[in-house]
Amino acid sequence: MTTATAPTISLPDEPGLLARSRWAVSDTLVLARRNLLVWARVPAYLVFTVIQPVMFVLMFRYVFGGAIKIPGGDYVDFLMPGIIGQTAAFASFATAIALAQELKKGVIDRLRSMPMARSAVLTGRLLADTGRMLVTILIIVAVGYAVGFRFHNGVIPAILMVVLATVFGLSICLIAAFTGLAIGDEESVQAFGLIWLFPITFLSSAFVPISSMPGWLQAFANNQPVTYVINTMRALAIGGPIEANLWKSIAWLAGIFIVFVPLAVRAYKRAS
Amino acid sequence: MSQDSSGPAILVEGLTKSFGDVHALRGIDLAVPRGTILGVLGPNGAGKTTAVRILTTLLLPDGGRALVDGRDVVRQAPAVRRSIGLSGQSAAIQEELTGRENLELIGRLYHLSRPESRSRAAQLLEQFDLVDAAGRPAKTYSGGMQRRLDLAASLVGRPQVLFLDEPTTGLDPRSRLGMWDIIRSLVEGGTTLLLTTQYLDEADELADEIVVIDHGLVIAAGTAEELKGRVGGDVLEFTVPDRNRLSDAVTAVAMVGESEPHADKETGVVSVGVGGRGSDALVDGVRALDAAGVQTRGLALRRPSLDDVFLALTGHAAEEEELNGKRRRSRRSKRDETKATS
Repeated sequence: MTTATAPTISLPDEPGLLARSRWAVSDTLVLARRNLLVWARVPAYLVFTVIQPVMFVLMFRYVFGGAIKIPGGDYVDFLMPGIIGQTAAFASFATAIALAQELKKGVIDRLRSMPMARSAVLTGRLLADTGRMLVTILIIVAVGYAVGFRFHNGVIPAILMVVLATVFGLSICLIAAFTGLAIGDEESVQAFGLIWLFPITFLSSAFVPISSMPGWLQAFANNQPVTYVINTMRALAIGGPIEANLWKSIAWLAGIFIVFVPLAVRAYKRAS
Repeated sequence: MSQDSSGPAILVEGLTKSFGDVHALRGIDLAVPRGTILGVLGPNGAGKTTAVRILTTLLLPDGGRALVDGRDVVRQAPAVRRSIGLSGQSAAIQEELTGRENLELIGRLYHLSRPESRSRAAQLLEQFDLVDAAGRPAKTYSGGMQRRLDLAASLVGRPQVLFLDEPTTGLDPRSRLGMWDIIRSLVEGGTTLLLTTQYLDEADELADEIVVIDHGLVIAAGTAEELKGRVGGDVLEFTVPDRNRLSDAVTAVAMVGESEPHADKETGVVSVGVGGRGSDALVDGVRALDAAGVQTRGLALRRPSLDDVFLALTGHAAEEEELNGKRRRSRRSKRDETKATS
């Protein structure tokens, strides 16, 4: 019986270490490509990742901007690094929702029962989300330029700002990957995302100078990672002191990766 | 022991798995010869899905061992993954992608080259009658088409052993029959198949051997005919339109039957095994019901179904589920569904 069914297409042989690492890369790329294809086909995702940040730019620039005074500068220059940081952080919603959906629908079960690299579901997801985030950031920068924003500090710091925003967004995506897999229900995951991401981005230096907040709030806003990251991005974009915020940002981001890579991997392994 | 292609396709010995206090599997043994279909039959929560998840390397067992295609599902999990296919209870496909894209994606993840993935996808689309829909996003597919695509996806790697976890749950009757044809044709091609179902007619129709699982234990095994033999003879069945008279009807036919009558409070259907007494029992039954003054509909004698087997083995019907201590009847909803789609 079994000889009669000898496959005309045979699967590659038992993989060695080299083949396995090659597969880990190719599986990641295949899944990242799939994720981007899905993203491009769902209008709602495009609205959420492109149109919404652009609306934020226009709203803060023209509606709230007039009422917000920045000591010694232009509000639009102050605003853009904040919007970019917030957008990068909010990209994580898609990560969490997509993973929760895949889990619920059994897609992850199917992939885990196949002879592919087990890490690829996570790495493919994060790679696609990083690419998507980069596209969004570049669109926002372009819109920013149209409404008066300028990088004042040279090309290399400007590129570094985009890199920092992306790494920051990736770290939040990693947290979201963990919550998406651990909670496994898209509505709950979305609600949970709102509960912590909204406060942590709005109660920061992203949109207004912290000095305009009441004292008790300043204590929080001055000492949380989003503020460190956005202050660093702002310094890279328009100049100013960078040292202290840069190291604190790096420390926070490193800390997030150290804690949440193993947590996300564990949640993926246990996912059922 | 690595590649024992002469042994059974699936061999399970004393498999156990608990989730906290819930003993999902309490020592299951199975042996599935190559090229056959094993039907794993049981109500929701019996442990069917847990068993499939362990055999497909998605879950680690607590105890016992399981070999698939001669490889241990725990110690040789990567090798097992190369010989199996899995199609679960819901269609695990990417709805935004087309049918063809879904299958090509799976091919790429099996590390087939791009042309190989493409030709394998084309082949499967043909086989599963999805050629016309191949270029449409899968979310535009009917439920039956989505399940066919899902099944096709599980075959991309040409598995030796295929696991189908409730492949027809939620399908309308016509799609179900179509699915049965497809499943039968797979086994003709030599694939070994483990199929879980809570539909007794499905196991009867498709499986060479059936094991009945309840509360994490195999409570019976054999061919459909052997299991039906367990009921011992014919079944007298009728419907009581006036549900208030149900208990009277049960009392009346209790004397006629060889076993305890079973009454379904939702549908008003009463059934009782009458052994080999056939037409005598029919006459006695009519007399007894008449004497009790109970009106009935559709009174008849029939050959036992696997439903009766399940009832005889477990004391409860196959499609009664126990969830959170509450008894829910899925039988009625299933009937409604049938009505709605026909």
